[in-house]
Amino acid sequence: MPDAPIKTLGLNHFFGSGDARKQAMFDINMDITRGSLTILMGPSGSGKTTLLTLIGCLRDVQDGSVQVLGQEVRGASEAMLVSLRRRLGFIFQAHNLHESLTATQNVLMGLQVHGGGDPVRQRTAAHHILDLLGLADRRDYLPGNLSGGQKQRVAVARALVSNPEIILADEPTAALDKESGHNVVKMLKTLGDKRGTTTVMVTHDPRILEMADRIITLEDGRIVSDTHP
Amino acid sequence: MSWLLTLLFRRLPIGWLQLTHSRGRFIAAVSGVAFANLLVFMQLGIMGAMNTSTVAPYSLIRTDIILSSEDGNTLTDAGHIPRARMFQALGVPGVATAMPLYIGNLPFTLEDGSSVSLLSFGVDIAKPGFTSADIAADLDQLSIENTALLDKGTRGMPDFVIKGLEAGTRYSFETGGNTLTTIGTMDIGGGFLADGMLVMSDQTFLRVFPKRSSGAPNHILIQTEDGVSTDTVITRLQAALPGGNLRIQSVEGSADNDLTFMATERPTGIIFGFGVFMGILVGLVIVYQVLSTDVADHLREYATFKAMGYGHRFFLGIVFEEAIILAIFGFVPGLLVSMGLYAGLVAATGLPVAMQVSRAFLVFLGTLIACSLSGAIATRRLANADPADLF
Repeated sequence: MPDAPIKTLGLNHFFGSGDARKQAMFDINMDITRGSLTILMGPSGSGKTTLLTLIGCLRDVQDGSVQVLGQEVRGASEAMLVSLRRRLGFIFQAHNLHESLTATQNVLMGLQVHGGGDPVRQRTAAHHILDLLGLADRRDYLPGNLSGGQKQRVAVARALVSNPEIILADEPTAALDKESGHNVVKMLKTLGDKRGTTTVMVTHDPRILEMADRIITLEDGRIVSDTHP
Repeated sequence: MSWLLTLLFRRLPIGWLQLTHSRGRFIAAVSGVAFANLLVFMQLGIMGAMNTSTVAPYSLIRTDIILSSEDGNTLTDAGHIPRARMFQALGVPGVATAMPLYIGNLPFTLEDGSSVSLLSFGVDIAKPGFTSADIAADLDQLSIENTALLDKGTRGMPDFVIKGLEAGTRYSFETGGNTLTTIGTMDIGGGFLADGMLVMSDQTFLRVFPKRSSGAPNHILIQTEDGVSTDTVITRLQAALPGGNLRIQSVEGSADNDLTFMATERPTGIIFGFGVFMGILVGLVIVYQVLSTDVADHLREYATFKAMGYGHRFFLGIVFEEAIILAIFGFVPGLLVSMGLYAGLVAATGLPVAMQVSRAFLVFLGTLIACSLSGAIATRRLANADPADLF
C-alpha cells in the first residue's frame, strides 16, 4: 500500500470546448496520507466536486496527473478504471439511490460489484451496516419512502459496505441532523484509524471541521489554503 | 419471482425490479411490444392467407409431375397444352399414368343479383387416383352430365345451398345456357383466386365452357411408377418432349413457383410483402422506443452503478433481462389479440388466415432480438460518457 493513496500533480481541468472552453481547475498538487480524513472546502463553483470526481475516476483526466492507489488514472484503460472504482467508495451529493431497489438491495449493489459471494452472508453484511447507521427498521423500504437523511445514510452504507480503501464523499452530511452527521463522520474517522481507510470529503458543514486531519480550501479552481488543524 | 430471478442471474434482478417498479410504465412498455407483435402478426397473417390460397387448389389433385405451357403463370392461371403431349409422355419409361386437367373461371349470378366467380376444374372421372381422396369418393356421381361438387368455403353463396348439399339436397343453377347441378361439397377454402371452386367431369367442363376444346387442356398430370424418382422421370420427359413452350415440373416445384409468382409478380403479393416489411419496420421502431426510453429513464441510476465499478457487461445484462421480460410479456397478449383478429378476418372475408406455430415462434424470436439489440444500442451513451456527466 503506497503511503499516499491519492496524489495529484499539475492537475488542470477544462469544461466546454472551442470558444466556450473554460478552465475550472488550475495546477492542483496534493498528496493525501493514508488513513487521514481530508476536508475539501470552498465556495460553490470552486471546483471541489470536480476534483473529487477526478480522483474517483468518474471524469476523464485531461491534463496533469492523478494517481489513485499507486495507479495513474490519466489515460488508463476502461478495465483499469472499473477495477479502481471498485476499490473506492463514493458517497454522492444527491445520494443517487436506485429507486426500484430497497435499502438493503441498494447496499447489496455495493457488494455484488465484486462478483460472486455468498448471498446470505452478503445480506447479513448489508443488514449489519444499515443497523450501524440507525436504519434497522428501514431495511426493506424503497428510497421513495425514506426521508432525505435516511436516503443519505443508505448511500453511506452502500459506499462503506465493501470496505473500500478510499472513501470519497460529496457533502455526506448535508441532509443529516447534527447527531447523525456527527455519527457518520465519526464512523469514517474510526475506519481511518483502525483500517487505514483514507477519506476525502467535500463539505460546507462547520460542525465537522474539528474532526478533520487536514483542510484544503479551493477558490476558483486553485488551492488557496492547506492546513492541518 | 424476485428470489427466483436472483438465483437465476446470481445477482439482484434489477431489470425485473425496475420494470415492475412502476406499474403504469410497465403496462405502457408491454403494450408497446404487444402492439408491435400484433402489427407484424396481422401483416404475416394476410401474406400467409395469400400463400395458403395460392396453393389451396393443389389439395384437389394428386400427382407427381405437372406438364404445363410455358406461357402460363400458375396452376389456376395457365396456358393451354396440346393433349398429344400426354400420349407422348405415356411412352416415356417411368411414367405410370397421366390425366389432362381443365381449368376455367365460371362467373355465376345468384338469385339476389350478386355474382360470384367459381374456379372450375374438369377431371377425368375414370382416373380417381388423380384427385384427393374425398373428391375421388364422389367422382362416379359426377358421371351424370352437368353435375359438380361445390367448395364449402365458397363466398357469397347463400347458407341454405351449402347446408342443403351437406344434407343431400341438390342445388341447380343456370350458366351460359346450361343447367349445372351441384350434388355434393368438398373442402378447399376460399381465397384470393376466386370466390369458390367447382370440380366436374371433363365432359361437363367442355359443355359449360363451350369455347374450350378437349384437345387443349391446361395441364397434364403425370404419376410415376413406384420406385422411380420424380427427378429421373422429369429428366427423361425433357429429353423425350423437346421444343420450347413446355414446362415440366414436380408438383412441389410447381407450387413453389406459384408462390414466388404471386409474391413477386402480382400487385397483391407485392403489396402484402411491402405490408410485412412496413409492419416489421414500425414494430422495430416501437420496440426501440420502448427500450431506449427505459434506458434513458434509468440513466442516472446506471451512471451511479458505473461509478461504483460496474462494467458495461453488467448493463448489457440488465437490458437483456428487460428485453426477455418485455418480449415474453408483450408476446402473449400480442399473440392472443392477433388470433382474435384472425378469427374476425376469417369471418369477414373467408380468407384462410391462420396462426402457425412457426410464425409465432419466429415473431417471438424476432421480438427478442429486436428488444435486445435496441437495449444494447440504447446503452451505448452510457458506455461512452463519464459517469460524472450523467448524474
